[in-house]
Amino acid sequence: MTIIFGVPLAVFMGQLMLGLINGAFYALLSLGLAVIFGLLKIINFAHGAQYMLGAFVAMLALEYLGINYWAALLLVPLVVGTLGVVIERLILRRIAHLDHLYGLLLTYGLALILEGTLINIFGVSGSSYPTPEALQGGLNLGFMFLPTYRAWVLVAALVVCGGTWFIIERTRLGAYLRAGTENPALMQAFGVNVPQLITLTYGFGVALAAFAGVLAAPLYPVSPTMGSSLLIVVFAVVVIGGMGSILGAIITGLAMGLIEGLTKVYYPEAANTVIFLVMILVLLLRPAGLFGKEA
Amino acid sequence: MSQAAQTLGEYPERDGAEMLRIGDLHAFYGESHILHGVDFDVKRGELVTLLGRNGAGRSTTLKAIMNMVGRRTGSIVINGTETLAMKPHRIPRLGVGYCPEERGIFASLDVEENLLLPPTVRSGGMGIDEIYAMFPNLYERRRSQGTRLSGGEQQMLAMARILRTGARMLLLDEITEGLAPVIVQALGEVLVKLKERGMTIVLVEQNFRFAAPLADRHFVMEHGRIIEEISAAELPSRREHLNTLLGV
Repeated sequence: MTIIFGVPLAVFMGQLMLGLINGAFYALLSLGLAVIFGLLKIINFAHGAQYMLGAFVAMLALEYLGINYWAALLLVPLVVGTLGVVIERLILRRIAHLDHLYGLLLTYGLALILEGTLINIFGVSGSSYPTPEALQGGLNLGFMFLPTYRAWVLVAALVVCGGTWFIIERTRLGAYLRAGTENPALMQAFGVNVPQLITLTYGFGVALAAFAGVLAAPLYPVSPTMGSSLLIVVFAVVVIGGMGSILGAIITGLAMGLIEGLTKVYYPEAANTVIFLVMILVLLLRPAGLFGKEA
Repeated sequence: MSQAAQTLGEYPERDGAEMLRIGDLHAFYGESHILHGVDFDVKRGELVTLLGRNGAGRSTTLKAIMNMVGRRTGSIVINGTETLAMKPHRIPRLGVGYCPEERGIFASLDVEENLLLPPTVRSGGMGIDEIYAMFPNLYERRRSQGTRLSGGEQQMLAMARILRTGARMLLLDEITEGLAPVIVQALGEVLVKLKERGMTIVLVEQNFRFAAPLADRHFVMEHGRIIEEISAAELPSRREHLNTLLGV
């Protein structure tokens, strides 16, 4: 059996793969946070709850409406994203002129309400979502066994991340977003309906979280607390990458997943803290983050 | 029918009709009262200047027209439409282009993206080729980051991007500020060309020598109101009076 740095290749690759999958979720979630922060300047603390809601809605839709995984992958982000639009229109817009700290507190409160309500109804133990039939089983790559669903998650997350990057960096709509981030008042003076742009951006960011939630449903137990535990790590990822950088969010997300995976191989005790150690290092050396612009 | 003729149909140029009428305009930033009853009008195809010392309320007048200040009272009629109750993003769609004092070039966009950014508000705007012909420097640097341009080039870009949109009235805030004389001269030539095309222009200007030969009328502002109107014909005889008002 091949040995890499004293670890069997299959174990090494397996952990690397797990790390990459986690990284894909970090990337999707920190991307949504970055998109929202860019235009709204709000740190969306409800992001974890919205991710959880994605998984939950997918599960309930399957159970009560018979909506399958593939339909859920499209419909759930739409439904949860629409909820985001409603939240922005009814609540966030009213505090947009206040210090951004209020937005953080408000979204945190929303997350607590959402989680608390679902815990009351469903408890914390969580349930499982069946892996769609077409994605069951796995591939034997020779050096490791790759479950098909994990490969799919990685591909889907990368495609969505890449698509989002393309829209923001290479299209006209993206140019509106970038310019609106810099100078919303001038964008209005050019005839762009900035409040509408903000609403749609928040809805899109929330939809990204819900999409990640649906992807996660067959992998992890679907429980009301699944988002809050993940979100702390995602915030660390965002700090490392630099707030508001799209590409930074994606690359850092994947990289941190990998680092976490590698740590699990060589020093499992530190696996849960390594990202925070990286965060401390980055804050000491590059306070604006690896991809952030110095203010 | 050519596009120019169509535009002419929509906007009979220089027919003496009002493009802009401002009546008893008051504007506030929070608690501070900046404009105290501004009154003036601009006819189609006219170039007028707003002169005055710093803090007289000239830039605020332009911002108030764009609904970019806190609160406004009075009346702002653009091309026959009362705009006081309009949302900010609706006003450009009446055919108004705004060039802010700080130029507002977007750092996250390259030159061409900056140029293509403002949405088209009306038909009859200049084509991108026409714009590059008017501002050859911008074509050479179209892939550069917007804020990497020199001050003069940034100013050209800030003007050029509102010409693409089909705006028929331009509000230009201190476009010559801090620029080399040769650039200022080039900007003057651009304004002459725009006037020939029938563009209505409101120019806030510190550099009176730049503005004097271009303008049809001058409005002098002080303490948030218009205190004097001087037509181009009256200018030679009232030059000294004007210098006293402006404190130069």
